[in-house]
Amino acid sequence: MPNIVVLVKRVPDTNARIVVSGDRVDLSAVKWVISPYDEFAIETALQHKEADGGTVTALTLGPADSDKVLKDAKAIGVDEIVRVWNESWNELDSNAIQSALAQAVTDLGADVVYCGKTAADTGAGSTGPGVAERLGWASVSNITDASFAGGITVTTPVEGGSAKVSVLGNAVISCDKGNMKVRKPNVKGIMMAKRAQVNVVSADAPASSVTIVSQSPPPAKPAGKKYEGGSSAEEVARLLRDEANVI
Amino acid sequence: MSESVIIAETSKGSIAPVTAELVSAAIALGTSPTVVVPCTDASIADGAGYDGVSRTIAVKGDCFANYDASSWAAAIDAAAPSGIIIAAATPQSKDVAARVAARRGLSIVQDVVAIDGMNLTSPIYSGKAMQTVSLSGDAAVSVRANVFPAASSSAANVSVVDQSGDVATAVQEVIARASERLDVAEANIIISGGRGMGSPDNFSHLEKIADVLGAAVGASRAAVDTWDDIPHSMQVGQTGKTVNPNLYIAVGISGAIQHLAGMRSSKYIVAVNKDADAPIFSHADYGIVATWEEALPVLESALSSMMS
Repeated sequence: MPNIVVLVKRVPDTNARIVVSGDRVDLSAVKWVISPYDEFAIETALQHKEADGGTVTALTLGPADSDKVLKDAKAIGVDEIVRVWNESWNELDSNAIQSALAQAVTDLGADVVYCGKTAADTGAGSTGPGVAERLGWASVSNITDASFAGGITVTTPVEGGSAKVSVLGNAVISCDKGNMKVRKPNVKGIMMAKRAQVNVVSADAPASSVTIVSQSPPPAKPAGKKYEGGSSAEEVARLLRDEANVI
Repeated sequence: MSESVIIAETSKGSIAPVTAELVSAAIALGTSPTVVVPCTDASIADGAGYDGVSRTIAVKGDCFANYDASSWAAAIDAAAPSGIIIAAATPQSKDVAARVAARRGLSIVQDVVAIDGMNLTSPIYSGKAMQTVSLSGDAAVSVRANVFPAASSSAANVSVVDQSGDVATAVQEVIARASERLDVAEANIIISGGRGMGSPDNFSHLEKIADVLGAAVGASRAAVDTWDDIPHSMQVGQTGKTVNPNLYIAVGISGAIQHLAGMRSSKYIVAVNKDADAPIFSHADYGIVATWEEALPVLESALSSMMS
């Protein structure tokens, strides 16, 4: 029966206002949530378990304040919750994060890993394929559907359409929204999550070679031109050709 | 000068225009680029010669017939020299670049929109802030389209490397999209509709303009959530696709944060909305305060006469 791991990340609520103070984003007042795409990964992992049995372990990387998203995952229905952290870590780059997660996944004895297609903070989408490469596993990214009859079959976008891919062997699978409805925690799940223990593990991470220099508000866009009435569309079309040169 | 490796972007069996922009990004990083072209037919690499590029490597392998991240990364890694890896910030190239970086034990910086020496800037928090990082040593970098100027084409000095990667996933069947229309993630011009379109049937008016411009048709989350006929694959925004086209036309879209997150970095934005106070107007280069019924026929006929 499969040992299923789902990667989750603590991020600011996507509706939060992002304030920059000095040369860093000030996140002291934001509400923290599980990154929304990770919820689709949790849902896919739970569906996999319902089809094939096994266990689902939610894994995150971060200091103790990440425990809340693990408990949120527990309330939704995962079996185990694990946090990888080393007190010497600070502002890890992608190489360090992926190395530590790959080590934790190996130590957990996972057969398959699910994650969100990107995290809502960086939007990078590097963790899934990067962890897969370090494990020597296959990866399929941005899946919109999954089924588990006779092996894992996923739907993934390809140029000009989508493809149904059967996943052979161990894999890291990153999940898009697709048409998936995610389950919400029930009262029993929330009660169980309160009592649940986070298993904190350690890992090694190489030194970071990418360092944050500054964070800033997005550049203000100069005010555009605004016209009243549908007939102005003719003038806008002309400007798109003669001023913007985009058509 | 340090070296860099550009992973050429290919589309429908030829070199995509964004590849020329990657050359400018490589030069902005102060590197001397080699272009690597993943392909099944090495002749397409003849289209990957640029001023400032001394060498183009066609990495030819059966694995490139279908996308499999693992085999692509293995084959590209085996054929490419060392150096900073540069790819286009398309979903597939971001994915393969992440694997190539991990294979080489490198970090990756995705969605770069500005380069200043070894300092790279990308949007974070869905574009609500920008982050600048500095590289020490080699890394992989993905660069958004329509940010850097295209390098001029010149004759390519192509060498061919035969490289096969073990395919770790098996593509069973490719399901063609019902519509022949371009995907928003692949388009340089996008026209999107929101709930202000009134009904999914009215998206046919957007399609007519899309046909004139060779554009893709997108939708807001509100439209996708409201109407079953508008699939999630069309959704632009935080829980849909992030796009960076030359021109984005938003029709009947108010401009919720959710939507802006997916399209605010478009080069030019046109908004059509009957509500003069809609937030989309503060992000639009050209705003038209009108109903779509009033504006779209005028826009279509004006564009048709220009494009003909």
